[in-house]
Amino acid sequence: MSESQQLKILITEDNIADCLIINKLVKDQGYRTVIAHNGLESIESYKKEKPDIILMDALMPQMDGFEAAKRIKLLVGEDFVPIIFLTSLSDDISLVSCLEAGGDDFLSKPYNSIVIAAKINAFKRMVVLHRTVQEQRDEITRRNEYLLQEQKIAKRVFDNVAHLGCLGAPNIKHLLSPMSVFNGDVLLASKKPSGGMIVFLGDFTGHGLPAAIGAMPVAEIFYGMVAKGFGVETILEEINKKLHIILPVGFFCCACIIDMDYSWQRIKLWNGGLMDVLLKDNEGQVLSYPSSHLPLGILSPDKFSSECVNSDMKVGERIYLFSDGIVDLQDKQGNEFELDGFAGFLFENKNPDEIFEHVIDQDKLSGEANAESNDDVTFVEITMVADDVIAGKHELVESSEQHGARDWVMSFEMFDHTIRDFNPIPLMLHVTMEVPELRAFNNDVCMILSELITNGVDHGILGLDSNLKITANGFQEYYNLRNARLNQLSGESLHISLRHKPNKFGGVLIIRVVDTGSGFDVRKLNVGFPEMSQLSGRGIPLLRTLCESVVYEGSGNTVEAVFRWKNTQDDT
Amino acid sequence: MTIVSHLSAAGDVMKIGIQGRFDFGSHHDFRETYDKTDSSIKEFHVDMAKTTYLDSSALGMLLLLRDHAGSDTVIKIINCNTDVYKIFEISNFDQMFDIIPAS
Repeated sequence: MSESQQLKILITEDNIADCLIINKLVKDQGYRTVIAHNGLESIESYKKEKPDIILMDALMPQMDGFEAAKRIKLLVGEDFVPIIFLTSLSDDISLVSCLEAGGDDFLSKPYNSIVIAAKINAFKRMVVLHRTVQEQRDEITRRNEYLLQEQKIAKRVFDNVAHLGCLGAPNIKHLLSPMSVFNGDVLLASKKPSGGMIVFLGDFTGHGLPAAIGAMPVAEIFYGMVAKGFGVETILEEINKKLHIILPVGFFCCACIIDMDYSWQRIKLWNGGLMDVLLKDNEGQVLSYPSSHLPLGILSPDKFSSECVNSDMKVGERIYLFSDGIVDLQDKQGNEFELDGFAGFLFENKNPDEIFEHVIDQDKLSGEANAESNDDVTFVEITMVADDVIAGKHELVESSEQHGARDWVMSFEMFDHTIRDFNPIPLMLHVTMEVPELRAFNNDVCMILSELITNGVDHGILGLDSNLKITANGFQEYYNLRNARLNQLSGESLHISLRHKPNKFGGVLIIRVVDTGSGFDVRKLNVGFPEMSQLSGRGIPLLRTLCESVVYEGSGNTVEAVFRWKNTQDDT
Repeated sequence: MTIVSHLSAAGDVMKIGIQGRFDFGSHHDFRETYDKTDSSIKEFHVDMAKTTYLDSSALGMLLLLRDHAGSDTVIKIINCNTDVYKIFEISNFDQMFDIIPAS
């Protein structure tokens, strides 16, 4: 096609003499020619010969050039086949008819070889350009399809990693609207082994593959550490450290993490770079928790702060998290759906069940109005629910494993700095999970350990009064006092020993915790504790539900809990 | 989007003005303004007076400038209107930059 010889020109002319003249002129330029003598022949020739350019006489018998041009233009589709009218007509109306019929230019009789050469050359360049653009377009379309296909496969891998958790829990509602196949947002939720739940919402800079790649290690760390019983502060430090290492400068993850404690009706919250987190309480008040940290991945571990906000949250109260895209949403009046506007809306809306659906509707509206959303939008609603810890199911573990540790004693003692800085629960669980069938009771063991160790530290060594925790202010005071006393520890220790013995039906795990605190009146505790309030006395009754026995000894600074487990498979 | 830069007569303060949208499309131009500068510059002033839009990749570009300039160099982000200031506030970037609202 780039060679002029290959360019094929269809000449449609009823006058034999004119036809001979123009055919010669065109051939002399080095082009191939095809001849037709009227409109009908011209259409047939077009179908058969597929010429690159058509020269068309206007007035011909059987079918004139105007009609033939119209029909040919319908046949060419998205290709570009220029039609140049050959005409002796020179009045404006006739020339307009040529254009209306789909003509691209005119050649006036008598013919001039220089003008013909110039016109054919000009259209030849256009034809070549048009074909190049079409080829490139088709190539781009093919590559894009290939890329989308690859992304779809990668997304399935990503979803399998990111959505392992409990996003389907009945107290979570969420809306994720991805901008491309991948979404810069990551939403993770996982049940804690000790009861309650941790939810993580992250918004990476950028979209697509780079954002999804960053989300993978976040999901791995989050699910791994929550399952092992680590606290939110440690999880945040680990995620920040990882992202700081792997993300290039200028990339980061705005994030919020919420630890939902069902038994205490409390939340622990960290917000770095996301919109204000909003909580609507049962009295209709809206509380906001603004971002108070830099996003994850920016600061080096020594400068990073995982300090969280603690707050009350009663059963039925709802908390709302947003990625920054939500501000781009428009409300029905076309106003920007600013956060202030949403807080106002939350405040006014009396029926909490309608809030989430309202936002979904807004999102659909703006989606219709503006198909290319500027950013990812994620919106999450979490409702505080009553304690579900007892309802934990025991998943069966294959008991064919006859290996593993079954008969052992482990002892671990922590002193001042370690008591302040170290959470021993992941370490303990790591050891108990060496008993293969005991893994099914991971949640129970984690809860028992948490309760015993917290009691030993908070009430035993630090001498904190759990009655303080009854009111909201008291809770804050409790935490402040706890931190102050932890920093002043001197010569204290907490000794934890675990003993596991197998038996015919399963096994027995004996947990003994001894602290150096001054203790308390054991008789008062061991006869049951009717005087304890509902809120602050949950720990020990819970222990009693899970354990065969819980006995305080000595001056109250030694406790021994016996957890007897049966292999569930033997029962069936 | 237009990015203009101006070096002070003494050669120690560079002012970078961002007009229009400050987003991923500005990446190349923004980087070019400071890429060839050396340690003789003691202060960068990023002027947001004519900035109409800012997204998270713009925050990332400021971090790249921070990285290039080194911790001894002051970076001031000046003339921030309410919307722009709000974005810096949410992201807590005031911990890394001097954010100065429009007077």
